[in-house]
Amino acid sequence: MANTEPQKDNRRAYWRENLTIMAILLSVWFIVSLLLSVVFVDQLNEMRLGGFRLGFWIAQQGSLYTFVALIFIYVWAMNRLDRKYGLEEENKDDSNHKDDE
Amino acid sequence: MTDSLSFLAATDPVKLWTFIIVGASFALYIGIGWWAQARSTSEFYVAGGQVSPLANGMATAAGWMSAASFIAMAGMMSFMGRDGAMYLMGWTGGYVLLALLLAPYLRKFGKFTVPDFVGERYYSKTARVVALVCAIFVSFTYVAGQMRGVGVVFSRFLEVQVELGVVIGMVIVFFYAVLGGQKGITYTQVAQYCVLIFAYMVPAFFISFMMTGNPIPQLGFGAELKPEFLGDSPPGTHLLDKLDGLSTELGFAAYTGRGSKSVIDVFCITLALMVGTAGLPHVITRFFTVPKVRDARISAGWALLFIVILYATAPAIAAFARTNLITTVSNTEYKEIPGWFQKWEDTKLIAWLDKNNDGKIQYAKGKPFEKSKDNKAVVFKADEKGNLTKGDHGQNIVLNAPTDNKNELYIDRDIMVLANPEIAKLPAWVIALVAAGGLAAALSTAAGLLLVISSSISHDLMKNTINPDITDKQELNYARYAAAVAVVIAGLFGIYPPGFVAEVVAFAFGLAASSFFPAILLGIFYKRMNKEGAVSGMVAGIVFTSAYIIYFKFLHKELDTAEHHLWGISPQGIGAVGMMVNFIISLVVCHLTNPPPEEVQDMVEDIRVPRAD
Repeated sequence: MANTEPQKDNRRAYWRENLTIMAILLSVWFIVSLLLSVVFVDQLNEMRLGGFRLGFWIAQQGSLYTFVALIFIYVWAMNRLDRKYGLEEENKDDSNHKDDE
Repeated sequence: MTDSLSFLAATDPVKLWTFIIVGASFALYIGIGWWAQARSTSEFYVAGGQVSPLANGMATAAGWMSAASFIAMAGMMSFMGRDGAMYLMGWTGGYVLLALLLAPYLRKFGKFTVPDFVGERYYSKTARVVALVCAIFVSFTYVAGQMRGVGVVFSRFLEVQVELGVVIGMVIVFFYAVLGGQKGITYTQVAQYCVLIFAYMVPAFFISFMMTGNPIPQLGFGAELKPEFLGDSPPGTHLLDKLDGLSTELGFAAYTGRGSKSVIDVFCITLALMVGTAGLPHVITRFFTVPKVRDARISAGWALLFIVILYATAPAIAAFARTNLITTVSNTEYKEIPGWFQKWEDTKLIAWLDKNNDGKIQYAKGKPFEKSKDNKAVVFKADEKGNLTKGDHGQNIVLNAPTDNKNELYIDRDIMVLANPEIAKLPAWVIALVAAGGLAAALSTAAGLLLVISSSISHDLMKNTINPDITDKQELNYARYAAAVAVVIAGLFGIYPPGFVAEVVAFAFGLAASSFFPAILLGIFYKRMNKEGAVSGMVAGIVFTSAYIIYFKFLHKELDTAEHHLWGISPQGIGAVGMMVNFIISLVVCHLTNPPPEEVQDMVEDIRVPRAD
């Protein structure tokens, strides 16, 4: 276990940064899906994106692509964070499924 | 055998192709099931934790997209217009929550089931039992619809009895789920994903090309219509603008405009579906099957990408199908109607009742006719031998009582996907492919759900609640028996569907949103959360949500309208409120009781970092 103080501080700092990344990405998630696509969709529909009305396009297409992008950005940011704090997993082949007690 | 096949080929190439393609896909699933037999409980529950992130992404996508996603969603959206986005976002946005809030941490926790996590994090058998009862209930409500879906696809494409179709589906799932557990299921799901996505995309490409000249459906439905679909609109009219115009002309709401639901209701339904998705045990379990935390993160990304390929195509198909339907059918003489109309008329997916006797099909808002006394949507006139009697124009004669609006056309939403290949005049093998795709979607979802049921019983109930002394071998046997029994029960649900299947699906998402999601989330992100808080929160969330749904869906169906709902939120969206109830009760009770023991707090610290100590 990580019991020494420096190790604990390291983990705390890692966790705080993780929460920041999450908060930013989830705000985007919330804004795109629930605000732009549901609450403000009629106002956005006054604008156009090619052959689409903008609100309609965000609700039925743009939000889905945003979701995919958010997860891949999260993966990239977290892998970088793991390395920054030296908390990435070892490259071992066996699974770390624990045995049941 | 060869004689009967060549006879079939001469009479009905679609049927022959369906036999060949469906048969080949089933042989493939059985082969994979045989190859991927499970030898330990770890292989049975989580495929040994050795599935590659990409394969897990495909398996998750196949397991997620059900018969309803494949067959019904595009059709549903073509009738809902813009409001259909709540299903699109609800069933995809949940993966963002799953990837960021749950999957990596549950993978680090490294056990087998969702009740495992709830039971250990809240150091309580009660919590585990509450979780396992929810898991079983949610999964059974969901699986009943899948088995029915298998039967329906069989009966539509091969004209066998629905019951026989269900039995065939049961045998196939039985084989690879009972033998292979999660391992067999995972690799068959990978194959099923390939079959279903190919089957969905091919007709979509062709229809998009046919109507707009752009083969990519996601671009096509924002493109300009080809001249033959323009009607009286000027050249260069965009498809969606044409569709808005057609819809308002016929008395519907504009396709891209506001639908019939209030903003708060759409908001809550979207949120409840997203949170419910993230809390569904058969989805969460998939992230136990990859080797590492890092793999759990990326495989959520792959899963969503594979899902979005289909989900972003569905609204395009919806718009194409609706435009095509209105332009070719509305105000057209029945005698000049294209051939697909008559073919699907015989299956009762579409029907015409000539109310004003002008021989033309009038399409407008409203139900064309009432349901029959025995609750059938469409009843056609037939002689004693069961042969359909034809009307003056060659149509099937509808016996249902007409309504007093102008609408003469009955359309089942499923036709929007099922009839696509014929509308686009595609060859017989493409139609057969759609049948195989629908079956792949239904079977893959059913198998994942059955595994949750079997592991809940063998692992959470037998091993961890009743008798911890059983060996791995015995537990594996229990898992197989449980899977076998679950397949049979699911099949019975498929053959004798309870009348309330549609109603209980709202239940599955509502319960997942109001029970699992808050309990797991707080378990990871709030170290102080204790068993008293979690258990009372889950119970409060479930009781609130189920009471609301039962009240409006079973006890007082006549009151199920916006003015009677709490803040205008329909039973479908009440899971979002149930989730808030859970959070509030959990936090209040937690602060009135003792903090969790030291070792549980250490465990929470541990699952927050990827590196194992």
